[in-house]
Amino acid sequence: MIIEDIMEILGAKFIVGEEWKNKEVHTACGSDMMSDVLAFMKDQSVLLTGLCNPQVIRTAEMMDIVCVVFVRGKLPDESMIEMAKEKEIAILTTGHRMFSACGLLYEKGLRGGPTYRE
Amino acid sequence: MSDTITISYEVPANDFTRAGEASSSIKSKLKKMGVDPQIVRKVAIAMYEGEINMVIHATGGKIDVTISPEEIEMILVDHGPGIEDIDLAMQAGYSTAPDNIRTLGFGAGMGLPNMKKYTDELRIESKLGVGTTVIMKVKME
Repeated sequence: MIIEDIMEILGAKFIVGEEWKNKEVHTACGSDMMSDVLAFMKDQSVLLTGLCNPQVIRTAEMMDIVCVVFVRGKLPDESMIEMAKEKEIAILTTGHRMFSACGLLYEKGLRGGPTYRE
Repeated sequence: MSDTITISYEVPANDFTRAGEASSSIKSKLKKMGVDPQIVRKVAIAMYEGEINMVIHATGGKIDVTISPEEIEMILVDHGPGIEDIDLAMQAGYSTAPDNIRTLGFGAGMGLPNMKKYTDELRIESKLGVGTTVIMKVKME
């Protein structure tokens, strides 16, 4: 799917990056713990999180994540918006809670990658 | 790219908002140098975890990154409290980070395991009350 599909499925709103709405998304990850996100290296992924601080955007940058979705209506501050623009990371915000947001995307075919094995 | 270059960064103390700036800078430099994107990502993630550790557990520190045609070496030096039991610290899920760090999205006990996962070599030297040195290497191919 593409970022625009995620926006539609989640009834979300673009905060940053409407111009990148046609970027492909292949996998997703939902977490409030950034080290758990950093343990998961996949191409073209989207991060769903309820955590809202600059390290979320930094984590997305390190992982080459193409889109961050803030759940529960969270809104990033100016510094996060600036960082996301500079690093070309789209930001969406949705009123759905984490579980529902992940479920809606899963139902439409988005997957989280293989089961974790050490 | 045939030369070997070293880039040094100071990681400021107690500034969680700015943590990651050094890793971000290395990531853009490696990208511009045309390094394989998978290698760039491994270096960026490993260094970012190390940088976050320096801010959470120590009072900042210094990072030297040496880029050669064969490998990228990161040396992270801090003068924090040191690690009491390195084997225990390496276990996934073990953390000594305070609760306020967990509310910021870190302290899950995945930092050192992630650093090991994304590098070809990880060496930790630590002395209680003196500090910690972390040496990580990622091969170019």
